[in-house]
Amino acid sequence: MSFQFTPDNKSRLDDLVKKYPNKQAALLPALWMAQRQNGYLSLEVQEHIANELGISPVHVHGVVTFYTMFKQKPVGRFHLQLCRTLSCALCGCEHIVAHLKEKYKLKEGEITPDGRFSLELVECLASCGTGPMMQVNEAYFEGLTIEKVDLLMQKLMKE
Amino acid sequence: MTLVLTNRFNTKDSHTLKVFEESGGYLSIEKIFKMKPEEVTEEVKKSNIRGRGGAGFPAGVKWGFIPKGTGKPVYLAVNSDESEPGTFKDRHLLEKDPHQLIEGIIICSYAIGCHQAYIYIRGEFDLPYRRIQAAVDEAYANKILGKNIFGKGYDLDVVVHRGAGAYICGEETALLESIEGKRGNPRIKPPFPAVVGLFGCPTIINNVETISALPFIINKGADAYKKWGTEKSTGTKLFSVSGHVNKPGVYEVPMGYPLKDFLKNECGGISGTGTLKAVIVGGSSVPVMTAAEAYSVNLDYESLAEKGTMLGSGGMIVMDDSVDMLWALTNLAHFYAHESCGQCTPCREGTGWIGKILERFLREGGTQQDLDLLNELCDSMQGKTICVLADALAMPVQSFIKKFPEDFKRHFKKAAKSAA
Ligand SMILES: Cc1cc2nc3c(=O)[nH]c(=O)nc-3n(C[C@H](O)[C@H](O)[C@H](O)COP(=O)(O)O)c2cc1C
Ligand code: SF4
Ligand code: FES
Repeated sequence: MSFQFTPDNKSRLDDLVKKYPNKQAALLPALWMAQRQNGYLSLEVQEHIANELGISPVHVHGVVTFYTMFKQKPVGRFHLQLCRTLSCALCGCEHIVAHLKEKYKLKEGEITPDGRFSLELVECLASCGTGPMMQVNEAYFEGLTIEKVDLLMQKLMKE
Repeated sequence: MTLVLTNRFNTKDSHTLKVFEESGGYLSIEKIFKMKPEEVTEEVKKSNIRGRGGAGFPAGVKWGFIPKGTGKPVYLAVNSDESEPGTFKDRHLLEKDPHQLIEGIIICSYAIGCHQAYIYIRGEFDLPYRRIQAAVDEAYANKILGKNIFGKGYDLDVVVHRGAGAYICGEETALLESIEGKRGNPRIKPPFPAVVGLFGCPTIINNVETISALPFIINKGADAYKKWGTEKSTGTKLFSVSGHVNKPGVYEVPMGYPLKDFLKNECGGISGTGTLKAVIVGGSSVPVMTAAEAYSVNLDYESLAEKGTMLGSGGMIVMDDSVDMLWALTNLAHFYAHESCGQCTPCREGTGWIGKILERFLREGGTQQDLDLLNELCDSMQGKTICVLADALAMPVQSFIKKFPEDFKRHFKKAAKSAA
């Protein structure tokens, strides 16, 4: 089965391309759209986008590997991205990491066997005043405590 | 108190066009279209506002570098990459007053002759993205953007472009590469973007906070703006404060405000142990200050320069006296090693080695030779690379070692300790 944009996304891509003086400039938004549709950017997806935009697959691959938010492998249904940088570290983010690892058996860079969760330690997310914090898929969760993390995890386990 | 940037922050639905217009939004537009573009630039020059993204270059002067009559389009790229550790001010401007930013974009675009602006926003930002995109859509629907804006015969398109996780894309030329659909590798300067920028055309890059201050400067005039701040550091500045203070957050204060008062009055004093040890005042890339320095400095370009540091982005990280500075520095080194784009050997290797040496130092103890090596590595990184990311780690490393030697000596191996 080969990757195709949904008709909706295809027409969105056509609009997008018009916003830039050349097609290549639509690459980042196109990759975002594909990742949202497909979950991650397989080589096949990358090639499809290269064809759509008339650029080389090698260029697309180079871009995908440069940006940390572009994923070449699937992540969990809930992708936990916990900030490890200084301000959050000053607020004790390592306790949150340890808790996620111990209680919920999460491992950095791995998906849980049920596919529900994955954990990534990331750099500063511009929420330094409300650390510790993490981003779950798109949403920010700030001012984390062990209790708040437990409540959130319980909710996510039921969803 | 009416300030420059944050006046609507506490108003309900401040992000909507309705509330914005009810509180004096888009008033400056009438004014600019009665002025010549050069006059707008002159007013901004007169205000003496300096870039709020980190480098502090005078905004009006930069606009003046756009060459005339090249026949090429002129672009504006608004820097909303906000990835410098400790910095979270632009996020609030995007979330709480996106129309103020759009008004600023119109002012700047008119002054530099730009009809296509890009807002480059970091990929992680979700709410700020949704807010600014909704505001742009609202503006289009109300003829504030698009063709013939406000019926004044001027066309201006604005596209919000999302990054995808790379600190380096905040560096202005990497940002341009990223909009062009490439890896975020900084370009060699010169040529400067004002001459050869986005898609090979003249381009101005300004920070969100810089652009957001323009409506005030045009509405109230450069003189009103200069009433805030000191003679040389004019206006107000946003500081985003994190770490060991009782009330972390984003505060707008006039330039020149004593840091000691700021920590007490705005930030509610030092939390944790209650005793201050160190302040990084302008984002993680600037040299650190000791408590004594912090308590005797004012928040402006000149006063901070006297203490050997910089205003930077205004991302302030406060540390109490329980913090081990070797640990803090190791944390930051990890960040820079991770974020180096890898084009320049001194940066790619230097940030990596500094990270590894510090980690070993923290884990197993170190020696005076390690400190010498760290300093040497820093010397061989600074001023030798395409962009200043290498310097952005070298400066913290050298300042941490110089100002908090005890925190490194405590980690000396036993043999090294007795020798010292
Ligand atoms: C490594 C690096 C990261 C940077 N990150 C940002 C950023 O996130 N936001 C920003 O506005 N400027 C950032 N800058 C500064 C920009 O290169 C540029 O000076 C600035 O956007 C110009 O706008 P201003 O004059 O209004 O400050 C960064 C610079 C470097 C070297
Ligand atoms: S200094 Fe570092 S981040 Fe900047 S261009 Fe060179 S390798 Fe890339
Ligand atoms: S340090 Fe964690 S959000 Fe900035």
